[in-house]
Amino acid sequence: MSDANVKPAIEVADLVTHYGTRKILDGINLEVRNGEIMIIMGGSGSGKSTLLRHLLGLHRPTSGSIKLLSTDITTATSAQMHELRKSMGVAFQGGALLSSMTVGENVQLPLREHTKLDEELMTIMARLKLEVVNLGGFEHLRPAQLSGGMIKRAALARAIIMEPKLLFFDEPSAGLDPVAAAELDELILRLRASLKMTIVVVTHELDSAFKIADRITVLDHGRILITGTVDEVRSSPIERVQNLLNRRPRDETIDADEYLSRLTEGVVD
Amino acid sequence: MNTRASLEILGRRTIALIEEFGYYLHLVIESVYWIIAGPFIRQPVRLPAVFGQMMSIGVAAVPIVFMLSFAIGVMLAIQGIHTLKEFGAESKIVLGIAISVTREFAPLITSILVAGRTGSALAARIGTMQVNQEIDALQVMGINPIRYLVAPVLLAMLIMVPALTVLADFAGMVGGAAFCNMDLGMSFAAFWVEATTSITVNDIMQGVTKSYVFAVIITLVGVSNGFSVIGGAEGVGTFTTRSVVVSITYIVLADMIFTYFLNR
Repeated sequence: MSDANVKPAIEVADLVTHYGTRKILDGINLEVRNGEIMIIMGGSGSGKSTLLRHLLGLHRPTSGSIKLLSTDITTATSAQMHELRKSMGVAFQGGALLSSMTVGENVQLPLREHTKLDEELMTIMARLKLEVVNLGGFEHLRPAQLSGGMIKRAALARAIIMEPKLLFFDEPSAGLDPVAAAELDELILRLRASLKMTIVVVTHELDSAFKIADRITVLDHGRILITGTVDEVRSSPIERVQNLLNRRPRDETIDADEYLSRLTEGVVD
Repeated sequence: MNTRASLEILGRRTIALIEEFGYYLHLVIESVYWIIAGPFIRQPVRLPAVFGQMMSIGVAAVPIVFMLSFAIGVMLAIQGIHTLKEFGAESKIVLGIAISVTREFAPLITSILVAGRTGSALAARIGTMQVNQEIDALQVMGINPIRYLVAPVLLAMLIMVPALTVLADFAGMVGGAAFCNMDLGMSFAAFWVEATTSITVNDIMQGVTKSYVFAVIITLVGVSNGFSVIGGAEGVGTFTTRSVVVSITYIVLADMIFTYFLNR
């Protein structure tokens, strides 16, 4: 077996990040193995989106390291980063298709920018990927003419056009009806089976997470509560994890003085 | 306490302004880098994108630039004849029109128009892309947003704004000639001969040189406001408006400074 199969696809070590002066992520350690589907789960404000943006190299962390396919993206040169990005695919929450182009042109864009393939070949490859995500025949439409689920699938087609080793998926089921969400889950499983990708999904949807995950990481207030298989997470004794799983509201204790001062701040001297 | 507060505001604004100019400089350097070095690292600035921008910035603006410059020429003729009558020097009207159109009005009116048409569109387009995560998407696909979005616009602006300025020179003269023909009975041929002998290449170059500077200002202000958009649709609106107001302000200020130094 090659070296790449031994080393994990993603290694995050002691990641600390700030937004302004506010600490968002606090000492994140995470390892994603080759070919597995890792779900990053957490409530709103848990830092999961921030973690994803750091994994994508869109922000610089305060400290710590992030290795994707053995390249540390916190210290990589722009040339290394450029090479690495060719083996990464990202499907954003809102699709992020370029609205000035048709769906087909959007899917072809990475090929057009990174390869010297023939026009005909690029067209065929884009159609192939659109067939994979069940959007055959929609290539001439503009993103604005598609439904939410179709946009997400088109974004997925664009993310896999370069046959990446790493696929990131932000909130695949957010804003979709249950059937469309379930179809997308099936699609992710099929992709892994056929293209052997390492897939990282950020979501707060429990059903979808349990259905597709090999392992789950639960984030809360910028820290990892647990990383483990579906069963390990389900049977975790940690209260916050169980709260999230059973959809129990957080019963945070309220400090009376602090509460009063928040209400009266700037109003009463 | 009050002076301290206002000093603090002054300080913050100064830092913000310096930051903004630093960002402009960064945008220029990076755009030039991609234009020159891009082809060697297999990430070129795409020519079709440049041509597309040239069409929408330049060719599509031809009718409106012609119309406005023509009107400016007519106005200069009206005011000029009125003023020069006082001295009985109506014959000098051609010199007045030719010099003020080529040196001043053609580049100014062209740039203000392009700032309103293209600068705002640029800010709105990039701002919307920012809000929709399209800029992030480009970045993670390994497509540098400055190379892909900014460099083609900068190139197209540097070609089309001077070209439009030369067109505006011509249209302004035609407007002036038309009114002189009506009011003073001066033939177009006579106006043309008089105009070409009274201005030099230097006069036209002065206007064209300014137009290069204005082209850069419009691009930088439009792009940087687009990238600064936060806060959804409202943010896009705010920053689009800001881009137009700031571009026109910088254009007029730069014009003043340039005119001063070019005429010493």
